[in-house]
Amino acid sequence: MTAITLNIIVQGILTGLVYGLMALGLSVIFGVMRVVNFAHGEFTVVAMYAAFLLFDMLGVSPLLSLLPIAAAFFFLGYVLQRALVEPFISRAEHEQFILLVGLATVVVNGLLLIFGPDAHPINLPYSFDSYTIGPMFIDKVRVFAALGALAICVALFLFFRYTRTGTAIRACADNLTGAGVVGLNVKQLYAVTFGLGFACIGAAGTLMATIADASPGLAPAYTLLAFVIVIIGGLGSMAGALVGGVLIGISEALAGFYIQPSMKSMFSFALLIIVLVLRPQGLMGRRL
Amino acid sequence: MTDIWQRLPTRGKILCLVLLAAAIAAPLVADRYLLSVLILVFYFAYLGQAWNLLMGFAGQLSLGHALYLGLGAYTATALWTLFGIGPWIGVFVAIPVAAAAGMVVGWLGWRFAIEGVYFALLTIAFAEFTRIGFDHLQITGASAGMFLSVNSPGSDKWWNLGGGPLLYYYLAFILAAAATLLVARLRRSPLGYRWLAVREDPEAARAAGIDIFRAKMIAMLISAGMTAVGGVFYGFYYRNLFPSQVFDIGRSIEIIMAPIIGGLGTVFGPVVGAVLLTPLGESLTALMQHFGVNTPGAKSIFYGLTLMVIITLQPSGVWPWLARKLGLDNRPRP
Repeated sequence: MTAITLNIIVQGILTGLVYGLMALGLSVIFGVMRVVNFAHGEFTVVAMYAAFLLFDMLGVSPLLSLLPIAAAFFFLGYVLQRALVEPFISRAEHEQFILLVGLATVVVNGLLLIFGPDAHPINLPYSFDSYTIGPMFIDKVRVFAALGALAICVALFLFFRYTRTGTAIRACADNLTGAGVVGLNVKQLYAVTFGLGFACIGAAGTLMATIADASPGLAPAYTLLAFVIVIIGGLGSMAGALVGGVLIGISEALAGFYIQPSMKSMFSFALLIIVLVLRPQGLMGRRL
Repeated sequence: MTDIWQRLPTRGKILCLVLLAAAIAAPLVADRYLLSVLILVFYFAYLGQAWNLLMGFAGQLSLGHALYLGLGAYTATALWTLFGIGPWIGVFVAIPVAAAAGMVVGWLGWRFAIEGVYFALLTIAFAEFTRIGFDHLQITGASAGMFLSVNSPGSDKWWNLGGGPLLYYYLAFILAAAATLLVARLRRSPLGYRWLAVREDPEAARAAGIDIFRAKMIAMLISAGMTAVGGVFYGFYYRNLFPSQVFDIGRSIEIIMAPIIGGLGTVFGPVVGAVLLTPLGESLTALMQHFGVNTPGAKSIFYGLTLMVIITLQPSGVWPWLARKLGLDNRPRP
């Protein structure tokens, strides 16, 4: 009983770290630009398909394609921000929302058009292997995915903390006028931020493809999942995204096992409602 | 009523009368298909008015109006299929049920000062929560859905909202027209001005002595209640209900498209938006069928692109621009 519960919690934490990386992208973009990326899950699924295609056609393992896909998504994000989102930065929230919902609709239906509604799994040679630690069985792919997610989160954290560009982006987030006054190229930094958020999406999607089957139907669910996680963790807080991801991972795993898999996100939304009411800035967010 | 009419410029009066006459006479010339498109136009115009009240006037972004639509639809259809209580009584149960849900969302949100994006996400959370709940609610058929029988006694009678397209056409028309009148009236009422004040500057509104929490709650009450009536129409028009469709976030987004495209916070915006968007989607389907393209998603791609283009080029909506072009706005031209 307890061993099973422990096993489920550990699996939940591992999945949660990948969720956390995905949500981190949303959090970084919102924290700096105050834009909510409503097409988040849609692009995560695009990354899943990219990983699937590279594996299926060229035999590249997702762990190898992780960095190239993340880099490609960085440029995708950079270009999208420059071409599409930039004029909307100072516009009303609902206008940004419509723009990104339009984009999400195009992306998800584009996927549907190209790949059809069926799920595309990545069957790695070690897909069904697991590590045995005491009474627990931990999926090998899940461990790899979680470690990959954690590594990228740490890299991103170090980037924001110690590099000049990272510091400059934090300056934009803290005080936009001040950042402009001291001569920072805010437009450029915003595009880099959007790119970094998309790199998170690219990496998270690649890792996700190893533990879930890519299908267009996942996209809206992932967008909502990312929202739930960042609100619980605190929109704009990097550590919060990871904490929220792990919490949701655990809650989904437990609810999926003990209650019903189809009801697992009901508990995530209940958690979200509770957090919004008791602590609207999120667990790790700054006071609103 | 009369003061709204008098406020219209002369050509606006003529245009209004012509359009009303055309809408009433439309079934004489329209075939069944065209009629079904017009029903959707009025249906979306009606729901757009309901949502616009909350977002356009009181400035509160709700992305979870599917909650009230679904609650209204499920309440009335469940009363009918389970207890044989007709929709004309059912609607008066559906309204309070949805309005109560709106109260809960509004109270939780605004009491705890949840604003903007956070409030929008709270509304999504409640709608999704309810969707999954209904997916597992056995009495309403869970995820397998609920169906309105067509041959149970009395189900073909107009007072039980059963019948041909004409019935639904005029019902949807009356709903849309009544909602537009109501919104036009509210817009000019003290309450309407309070909403605008809350939307433009909540702090200043509070300083001016407006109870902003109360103003927002009233907007939510009316908006959720109106949306529930739309839900009752939805349930009896489509005659089947699935939680994954009625409570879906896609449904919420569908509701808000017409007012945003038509013009937020304007009386005629939701109507203009519905008139533009619905036939656009339908003609796309027809066009694709004509060219033998049968790919799911192609229509939605065009829909998404249209949204992006309109919001980029005409962010305040089509109606303010159109009104200026037609000389229907009351503002003096430069």
